[in-house]
This record gives sequence, C-alpha cells and structure tokens, in this order.
Amino acid sequence: MSPVSTIHSRLIYDALKACHIRLLSALPETWLVHLVRMADEDPEMTLVRLAKEEEGVGISAGAHLAGVKSAMLMQNHGFLASINGIVSCAQLYRIPLLMLVSYRGEFGERDPWQTEGGAVTEDLLRALRIPFSYLDHPDHVARRIAKAQTLALAANKPVALLLCRDLMWEEGG
Amino acid sequence: MKRLDALRAIYSFLEDRVVVTIMGAVAAELQSIGHRANFFYLQHAMGLASSMGLGIALTRPDRQVIVLDGDGSVLMNLGGLTTLARYRPRNLVHVVFDNESLLSVGGFPTATSTGTDLAAIAAAAGVRRTATARTLDEFRGAFDEAIAARDLTTIVAKVDAVGPSKYVTELSLLENRFAFQRYLAII
Repeated sequence: MSPVSTIHSRLIYDALKACHIRLLSALPETWLVHLVRMADEDPEMTLVRLAKEEEGVGISAGAHLAGVKSAMLMQNHGFLASINGIVSCAQLYRIPLLMLVSYRGEFGERDPWQTEGGAVTEDLLRALRIPFSYLDHPDHVARRIAKAQTLALAANKPVALLLCRDLMWEEGG
Repeated sequence: MKRLDALRAIYSFLEDRVVVTIMGAVAAELQSIGHRANFFYLQHAMGLASSMGLGIALTRPDRQVIVLDGDGSVLMNLGGLTTLARYRPRNLVHVVFDNESLLSVGGFPTATSTGTDLAAIAAAAGVRRTATARTLDEFRGAFDEAIAARDLTTIVAKVDAVGPSKYVTELSLLENRFAFQRYLAII
C-alpha cells in the first residue's frame, strides 16, 4: 500500500467536485496517484494527462474561456516548469487558474532530488504574486479549496494551494 | 505559398468557427483580413495555442475548433502533440504554418529548415490524420478533407518566410480575450 493518504485525497477530490470542477489536467506524481485515479474513474470529470505541466495552463485557459471550471494537479517541479505559461498565458490574459501543487522537498522530505525545488517554491509563488495557501490538515481542505477558487474567479488570476506532507502522506517522519 | 493567401483561402470557413492562433504574423495577418469575436490570438506563451485549442475542443465538443499554429511554437511544445493525439478531439483541426523561421524576431531559422518534419512528428506522436501542403491548392484540399473527415488532423502548410510590416495591432489583448469568452458563452 502506498502511504499516500486515500482518505485525504478523497477529501480533496470531493472538494474540487463541490466547486464544480469538470476538467482536471494532471501530470502524475507519487502524492497525486489517488487524485488522478479518482478523476479517471469519474465519468463527470474530463481528465487530461499531460506530457508537461505547462500544457495544462493552456488547457485550463481554453476550458475557462469555454465556460468550464478546471484545475491543475502537479508537483512543485511542474509548477517550476509551467512558469512561462502561467505568466504569458494565465496572468497576461487574466485567466483564473486553480493550481493544486504537491509541495515536495519541505520538512520530512527523504528524496534528495526534491529538495532544491522545495526550497524555492514559496519564493517563486511570491515573486509571481500568486496568492497561495496550504492544504496541511483535513479540517480545512474543503473550505480552502472553495476560497481559493472564489479568489481566482474574482481576481481572474492564478492561485495555488500547496498540498503538504502532513495531509498527503500517512507515514511518520 | 504565402501564409496570407492560405489564410484568405480558408477565411470564409473560419468566419463562424472557433479559431485560436499564435502570436506574430499569423495573428496580424488574420486580423488584416478581418477580425471576428470568434478569433482568439494568443499573443505570447509560445506553444500553448494548441493546448488552448484542446481545452476548448474537449469542453465544447459541439463546436469546430481551428488552431492556427507555427513551426516555432510547435517546436516549443512537441509534447503537446502527444496530448492532442491521446485525446484526439474530433472537432479540432491543427494547422501549422511552417516558414522554417522565427520570423517576428528576425527570421532565425528553426529546425524545420534543417530537416525536422513536423507532420511526421505529429504522426509519430499518434495523430492519425496528417498532411503537408506546399501549394495553395494542396492546402485548401487538405483543409477541406480535414473538415470533412471530422477528425483531429494536423496540416503542415509550408509557407514563405514573409509577414506583415508590423505585429502590434489595434486590438487589445484583453478586449480580444473577454469578447472571445462572451462569444463562446452564447454559441
């Protein structure tokens, strides 16, 4: 069994559904496996599996202009790989973009290759003036996702939620 | 073949279709023929016009979507071809104007000038219908066939590396964006 929390993944997925998200673009990574599977098994959801995360910015922009609410699921390194699209498509064209970003490389990270990206994620979000918050406890998952979407739609801008180890990972340490 | 002539050849079809273009010459030339609310010009974010077209095509399967792309942009998002092929939106025609150069920044040659074949790459990515057009007649024929086939098609139109005298047009980016969204909301 993967130590990625199925219960908390379900909470996140249900919160996205409650926000009327009908399209999810995703590049799978360990922490996102359950979310991607839930989207894949949901006939009401269009799941777009990407080759690279930046594509998801364009797909979400198209979906938004077509009147469909969407979100992106990616690792923070995928956020790093998407930055030009976020700036030159979503920010330039005032696209509300709900980004769920797994926050690898923070406290508790055992994979050495995740640590550099983890160290720069928040500074990059601030530099890009992307409002962000954390999903680190099940009690606030639904509320924060709904509020993030509300702000994205009101501001016509990208917002990010960082999926944290304390929420996503069931093993200690 | 000149891109402007190729655009003129399909303009009457584009008039009431959802059209997403890249920046630069394609956007300026289509606007010079005549802007419409159903035309969206992605003036930056090179590579993402085809992804935007995919996002629209998947969420609005009732509408025909035409993406007007370029060699420089496609080369920046080759992985996007695999995503297009994977979801195979039957309502999307992907036209790639290939002038073998990054014209708007000074005409630097792209890899298609040294043998990279974007139609072959699209086919290898899994796009089942691809075509390369070198003349206006070939282009019009390939475009009409793509529409008739009702299937995802990538058409590489080899065009001359000539463009408009200027790229900035009267149409503001955000005006275009909101009008395009309103158009999609009412159709």
